[in-house]
Amino acid sequence: MSDHSEQSGHIGHVVPVRTYVLVFLALMAGTALTTAAAYTDLGRWNTVVALAIAVTKMMLVVLFFMHVKYATGLTRIVILAGFFWLGIMVTLSCSDELTRRWEIVPQGWQMIVPLFSRLF
Amino acid sequence: MAAHGAHPPGFAHQFETVGQQREAGQLGMWVFLVTEILFFGGLFASYIIYRALHYQSFVTGSHLLEVKFGATNTYVLICSSLTMALAIRYAQVGKRKGQIIFWLILTMILGALFLGLKLRFEWYRDYVDGIIPGVNWAYSGPHAPGVQLFMCFYFFMTGLHALHMVAGLGILTVLVIMTARNKFSSQYYAPLEISGLYWHFVDIVWIFLFALLYLIGGRYPGS
Repeated sequence: MSDHSEQSGHIGHVVPVRTYVLVFLALMAGTALTTAAAYTDLGRWNTVVALAIAVTKMMLVVLFFMHVKYATGLTRIVILAGFFWLGIMVTLSCSDELTRRWEIVPQGWQMIVPLFSRLF
Repeated sequence: MAAHGAHPPGFAHQFETVGQQREAGQLGMWVFLVTEILFFGGLFASYIIYRALHYQSFVTGSHLLEVKFGATNTYVLICSSLTMALAIRYAQVGKRKGQIIFWLILTMILGALFLGLKLRFEWYRDYVDGIIPGVNWAYSGPHAPGVQLFMCFYFFMTGLHALHMVAGLGILTVLVIMTARNKFSSQYYAPLEISGLYWHFVDIVWIFLFALLYLIGGRYPGS
């Protein structure tokens, strides 16, 4: 990377305007596509499609506009760690919240062991 | 490079090379952006959970938003990301400062357009229609309590995003002034590049907000 910079006289990778314009067009098309998909009945796949297109658009912005395609391994690991931690936050929060329910305690048990019913 | 006399402008002496300084700056900005991912992530995580718990309310609430304004604003922000990327590129290759300022100001105009559309055609109308919880709430349709919860998420998420946009506009103003004062060259444009990372990040947040708030679950008849 630094070799490249010194050879060309620039600091960092200079992305051609053509690449930026192509990424821009892909992002615009992605927005049109995701909007059109929302108006189509895909059943439960509507959610999947909307999120898949959003993630694809994010990848395009991150890799090209944010130059991560040309970044060092260290920077990439930091970014991946960020998303990994986001994954932990979402997964553990969901596994807690979405599995909570009120246990039905049989009547007899409540009378025999009052403490037991308080545990749940 | 550093050992031989004159330092290039903006080159700090603790770095071996200009390239190393640039990589350190980028890494530092990404560490900040990771904290921002987790900052917005808290809202996204709670949105996912409450959507799962009150699915029908969230669908009803989502249908109160107008896709055409959300989509238009997405197009506007993507355009602003392109103009930002071009401003940085022209600084990288050492173009005249007028050209860099042109693209920066175009980015600001698009950012301001986003906020203007958001205020005039979305938040203002929401206020008139009485769907702002705690401010003007007159909704009496189905799933009213759950819809109120959805609208709270909507205003907190888009509000936090808009706050980031306002901060971005402030940063861009500083960049225009710095560019006008000849602070940047093809050898030193770190503030431009790092602010660009921030601007693109805010764009990405909107891409997800558009999908999550306006589109998810579908907008077709009977959805």
